[in-house]
Amino acid sequence: MKDLLQKLRRNGMGPLIGLALICIALTLLSDRFFSASNILNIARQVSINTLLAVGMTFVIISGGIDLSVGSILAFAGALAAGALASGMDTGIVLLYACLIGLAGGALNGLLIAYGRIAPFVATLGTMTLFRGATLIYTEGRPVRAVEEGFNALGGGYLGPIPTPVVITAVMVFLAWFVLNRMTVGRRVFAIGGNEEAAVLSGIKSTYSKIFVYAVSGLMCGLAGAILTSRLMSAQPTAGAGYELDAIAAVVLGGTSLSGGQGGVLGTLIGALIIGVLDNGLNILNVSSFYQQAVKGIVILIAVLLDRRNAARG
Amino acid sequence: MKRYLKAASLVVTSLVMVGMLAGCGGSKEAAKPADKPAESAKQMTVGIALSTLNNPFFVDMRDGAQAAADKMGAKLVVMDAQDDASKQVSQVENLIQQKVDIILLNPTDSDGLVTAVKDANKANIPVVTLDRSVSGGDVVSHIASDNVAGGKLAADFVVKSLNGKGKVAELEGIAGTSAARDRGQGFHSLIDNEKDIKVAAKQPADFNRSKGMTVMENILQSQPDIQAVFCHNDEMALGALQALQAAKKNVILVGFDGGADAVKAVQDGKMSATVAQQPKLIGEMGLQTAEKVVKKEKVESKIPVALKLITKQ
Repeated sequence: MKDLLQKLRRNGMGPLIGLALICIALTLLSDRFFSASNILNIARQVSINTLLAVGMTFVIISGGIDLSVGSILAFAGALAAGALASGMDTGIVLLYACLIGLAGGALNGLLIAYGRIAPFVATLGTMTLFRGATLIYTEGRPVRAVEEGFNALGGGYLGPIPTPVVITAVMVFLAWFVLNRMTVGRRVFAIGGNEEAAVLSGIKSTYSKIFVYAVSGLMCGLAGAILTSRLMSAQPTAGAGYELDAIAAVVLGGTSLSGGQGGVLGTLIGALIIGVLDNGLNILNVSSFYQQAVKGIVILIAVLLDRRNAARG
Repeated sequence: MKRYLKAASLVVTSLVMVGMLAGCGGSKEAAKPADKPAESAKQMTVGIALSTLNNPFFVDMRDGAQAAADKMGAKLVVMDAQDDASKQVSQVENLIQQKVDIILLNPTDSDGLVTAVKDANKANIPVVTLDRSVSGGDVVSHIASDNVAGGKLAADFVVKSLNGKGKVAELEGIAGTSAARDRGQGFHSLIDNEKDIKVAAKQPADFNRSKGMTVMENILQSQPDIQAVFCHNDEMALGALQALQAAKKNVILVGFDGGADAVKAVQDGKMSATVAQQPKLIGEMGLQTAEKVVKKEKVESKIPVALKLITKQ
C-alpha cells in the first residue's frame, strides 16, 4: 500500500487531484452526481475505455501507438457474436474473443518488430483492415448476441458490483503487476526510454514489442466481448473513434507520449476523468457540442502539464 | 511541491471553465420554465436520447420537442449519442440516474438499445421510441413516419416521371435500420411491378452526404445512363446531386425526409422531389404522448406521423 502511494506520487499527483476536483465540482453542481448508483453507473461506463487504455499504456510506454484498438474490438466482438449464434459455449466465446484480439495485436507487433513499419502506419493499416473485415463478416448489419449467460458478462452483477467493473479491476491489477513487478514490464520501460541502449544491454526489443501489441490486442478482444454482451449485439461500427479516447485516457493519466515512463494506475484515473466528465456533463444537461469542447480543453491542459514536467526533467 | 501547486492551479482554472460552460449550457434550458411560476408546482422532466445531432433531421426533431416542452412547461433533457450505440446506452443510464419522468428514445440501433430499455423498465421509467424502434423491452408507444408508405410515394413519383420506362438507381441507408428497410421495401413493392423499369444499381451510402456523393460517382461510372435516383434520405440525395451536377447529368432525383436544404433544392429545380417526413411534428407528438403517459392516460402503441411528397409545384 505504502509502495503504491509512493508510485502514485512519483507518477505525479496531478491527475488524481484533477479527478478529485472535478468530482467535487460536479457534486456541488448537481445533487444527482454523488450517489452510490451513479458511481457504479460511471464505473460500468468507463470499463470498456479503461480496458483499451490499459493495453494502450503498455504500447505508449514502449514508445509506440496503437490506432487499431477500436477496429480489433469490433472484429473480435462480431466474431464472438457469430460464434455464440452458432452455438458455442459462453465461456469459450469469451476466450475466443480474447484470442482473436491477441492474434490481431500480435499481427501489429510482428509488422512493427519484423516489418519495421512505424507503429502509427502499421496500426493505421490494421485499423482499416480489421474494420473492413468486420464489415465483410457482418455484411454491415448488427449481429444479434442474445444468450442469458453471455449477456451476464456485460450486464450482470457480482454482488452489487457490475461484472465489467470487476473484470476491469482485475485486469488493471494484473497489468500493474506485469508492468511494475515482472522483468518483461521493466523491458517495456527500457525500450521506450532508449531503445538503442536497451538493445545494447541485451534486451530483445522485437519480443517486447510483439508483447505490448499483443497485450493491447488482448484487451481489445476482452472489451469487444463485454461490449457485445452489453449491447446484446455486435455493431459493425462499434469502437469507431475509441482509439482516441484510449489515447486521451493514457495521456490524462500522465504517461508520456514519448515513451519510457508512466503507468496503468494513472491511466485508470485518466479513464475515470473522461468518464466522470461525460456522465457529469450529461447530468448537468450540457449540450453535446459543449461536452466535446470541454473534453478537448481538459486533454490539452493535461498535455501542457506533461510538457512542463518533461521540460523540468 | 511547487510543481504540484502549479499543476493544481491549472486544473482549477480548467474546472472553472468547465463550470462556466456548464452554467451557460444549463441556464438556457432552466430559465424558460421559470418564467411560468404557475406550472412550477409539479414540472414534468422528459429525457430525449437522440441518435445524433449531426444531422438536421434530428435537430428539427429536438426543436419540435423543445418547442412543445416550453409550451407545456416541461423540462427537456437532450442527449446526443453521435450514432454510437454504446454511448447511447450510457446516456439512457444517465437519464435513469437523473430520475426523469419519461424517456423519449430515438435509438441508434434496434438491437443495441434493448438493454437500455430494459434498465428503464426496471427503474419504472416509461419509454417512447421516436422514428426508429427497438427490438425488445417494454415500449409504451412508437412514434414514426410510415416509411413503407413513404417509399411507395417515392416509387409512384418515379414511375410517373419516367412514364413507366427507364433505369433507376437506389442509394440505401445504414443497413439494419428500420428506416432503410421500410423505405426500400415500400419503394420496391411498387417499382418491382413495373416491367419496363429496372433498378440497375443499389448501393448503401449510410444516410451520409459525402458517402452519397462518392457512391453516386461510382454508380455513374458503371451505369452512365441512369434516368432516376431514389435516395433513402435527403443527405444522400444532396450528395448524389453534387455527383450528378459534376457529371452534367440531368436525372430525376428523389430524396426522403424533407429537410430544409432538400426542400430548397427542390424549389430551385435541382432535385425533383423529396418525401417529407415531419421531424418537428415527431418531436412535438413525442412530448404530447409523454404528457399523456405521465398522466397515466391511454396512448396508442403505434402512432404514425403523416408524410408528404414535396415537388416544385
